[in-house]
Amino acid sequence: MFGFLKKSPSPTADVVPSGWIGRLSAGLRKSRQRLAAGVGGIFARKLDDAWFESLEEALIEADVGVKTSAHLILQLRQQARGQRLEHAQDLKPLLKQALVELLQPLEKPLEVTTHSPHIILFVGVNGAGKTTTIGKLAQHLIQQGHSVLLAAGDTFRAAAVAQLVSWGERNQVPVITQEKGDSAAVLFDAIAAAKARGIQVVLADTAGRLPTQLHLMEEIRKVKRVVQKADASAPHDILLVLDANTGQNALAQVRAFDDALQLTGLVITKLDGTARGGVLAAIAGERPVPIRFVGVGEALEDLQRFGAQEFVDALVE
Amino acid sequence: MLEQLTDRLTGVIKSLRGQSRLSDSNIQEALREVRIALLEADVALPVVKTFIDEVRQEAIGQSVLTSLTPGQVLVGIVHQALTRLMGEKNEALDLATQPPAVILMAGLQGSGKTTTSGKLAKWLKEQQRKKVLLVSCDVYRPAAIEQLHVLAQTLEVDWFPSDLSQAPSAIARAALDHARRHYHDVLIVDTAGRLAIDEAMMHEIQQLHAALHPIETLFVVDAMQGQDAVNTARAFGEALPLTGVILTKLDGDARGGAALSVRHVTQKPVKFIGVGEKLTGLEAFHPERMASRILGMGDVLSLIEEAHRTVDRVEAEKLAQKIKKGQGFDLEDFKTQLQQMKKAGGIGAMMDKLPAQLTRGMAVNQAVDERSLNRIEGIINAMTPTERRHPDLLKASRKRRVATGAGVSVQEVNRLLGQFEQMQKMMKMLSKGGLGKMMRGMKGMIPGLH
Repeated sequence: MFGFLKKSPSPTADVVPSGWIGRLSAGLRKSRQRLAAGVGGIFARKLDDAWFESLEEALIEADVGVKTSAHLILQLRQQARGQRLEHAQDLKPLLKQALVELLQPLEKPLEVTTHSPHIILFVGVNGAGKTTTIGKLAQHLIQQGHSVLLAAGDTFRAAAVAQLVSWGERNQVPVITQEKGDSAAVLFDAIAAAKARGIQVVLADTAGRLPTQLHLMEEIRKVKRVVQKADASAPHDILLVLDANTGQNALAQVRAFDDALQLTGLVITKLDGTARGGVLAAIAGERPVPIRFVGVGEALEDLQRFGAQEFVDALVE
Repeated sequence: MLEQLTDRLTGVIKSLRGQSRLSDSNIQEALREVRIALLEADVALPVVKTFIDEVRQEAIGQSVLTSLTPGQVLVGIVHQALTRLMGEKNEALDLATQPPAVILMAGLQGSGKTTTSGKLAKWLKEQQRKKVLLVSCDVYRPAAIEQLHVLAQTLEVDWFPSDLSQAPSAIARAALDHARRHYHDVLIVDTAGRLAIDEAMMHEIQQLHAALHPIETLFVVDAMQGQDAVNTARAFGEALPLTGVILTKLDGDARGGAALSVRHVTQKPVKFIGVGEKLTGLEAFHPERMASRILGMGDVLSLIEEAHRTVDRVEAEKLAQKIKKGQGFDLEDFKTQLQQMKKAGGIGAMMDKLPAQLTRGMAVNQAVDERSLNRIEGIINAMTPTERRHPDLLKASRKRRVATGAGVSVQEVNRLLGQFEQMQKMMKMLSKGGLGKMMRGMKGMIPGLH
């Protein structure tokens, strides 16, 4: 397991003692205000339909989605009735509890296996933050004493290779690239190189693709097959990188990539903005793929493990 | 989502059948469905509320013409309101200034600014015959400058070098000076992605704006963005005098709810939509067509335009010649068609643009359909070139051979030949009456197509 996920090894982490919770809270302050603004005015009132309607709106505005919001509201209504609750304030812990129960199963940090190398494939739509995530993760792994190799599998986007090479230089880790050729060929090469050099972890970048671009979805399946040819037990992890700003389309992304590749985890990026990432609740309900990391800022130490309780606290407090 | 809204409205239309007047009570249920569908399309809640109120006001008391069902009347009202919300008509890029006309790109990280800058340069160069200069002021993301450089080289468009040690506003001023001295018509300035709440970065882009006096300041938005789109758009709109919006990644099932939200909040027109990572993937935004598409009325116009773009010209012309000459449409052509369909995003992407009335019952499972496309291709591949040109040759023994070769049953081969015969008939119709006749024939089936 990654030690850094438990301790705070980087010196800069001391500057922000509250770690990702603090950062996330800062980012989510606005959403809390929104939830508070939506709910606050009726806290003094008895629970009634209008109150539940406001709560539903607040959840929808946090990208929780119509279906999951309705489900949560139904659950809360029943609890309110069963426990004869009269004040909205009493429902707050129950709402939190319901969300935590939904999200807790996704709280599983990434584990680097003893496979040599442990191969992690990064996939996702365009602009989700795959290359940046790889750059940051490489740094963390090195701090933990792992040897790392990067594979520049995005052979489509202009200068994507240069971007990864620049991350490689920054972290002083080797980057396998090819002048021309497809992702599969680059990754095959990279795995061979990692084996030859006795490197422990391969982080493999791929080009961005939308689930509706079926030929590209077919291509990524091929990439996986080729990786399996290079190493029968690989890829040991397939991580979908998801932009926290995404709305209900995030569900479609998880569904499509999971169907195509059998994902082992998610990385949620850009959670430091004003978006609430409530769609994670919808994902937890429909496709509970573990969340391995969350990105809460631009700095390297801002790639953190996901904690359901902290996330919900920041969202609902 | 597109199908969902269509499905929902189809259901609602049924429930409204037989009512002669739209009233508060009979449209209540219908509007609830519209609300859910819009929310699932990531249209921001405040925008949905305003929208629903507007539709309700307009709908109540409308009497239903004898030729229409109440459902159709309501759909008509929703369609008009959607179109209005998105801005009535396409608004073109404004370049009417003393050259160089400066275009400043702004947006969140990963929204697609750099790719869109490249697409826009191509569009300006090829559609408008402009001399374009590209410059990147993104001194933060590794290789962002290099990315624009590569795009410029691919497009054979001029590029102004910059590097990480420079201040963005210094880069901008130098590029503007260069554009003036080299008589460029347009200068496109790409910028780093930034959060609307990042004050230092927002201040930086304000300085860029002050230094450049751009005639167009375009806000680049990811079509998949959720409810927060209103907040980001508002913040960017307050910090910068935006002149327009470009909606990116609007492929296939991308919902584009952000289009409605952003337009509503900024009151600035969506000028272009970006589809795909290929540099040709930039289209003028047509609110009316988008509204039709959202309502499942089909966006036949865009489908035809898209076909023009993605279909290989040479191949298409060859086919057209063949049909004109009365030479039949053969299996080889059929295969080419299948491949081009895949290129255009598969069946799903096309279905999205066809009227719901036509697609209902079809495309039950997209994945299965894609697989059957591959099977058909396999069967055709198992035939000899002569057989492909003259499918009549395929009798029992040949069929057996083809079936074994493709790893399918003879029945499947027969089914394909049957489908192919149908298609041939359609092609004959096309060659006799032309596309216009076929469209006229379809008109009865498609609401909203006049």
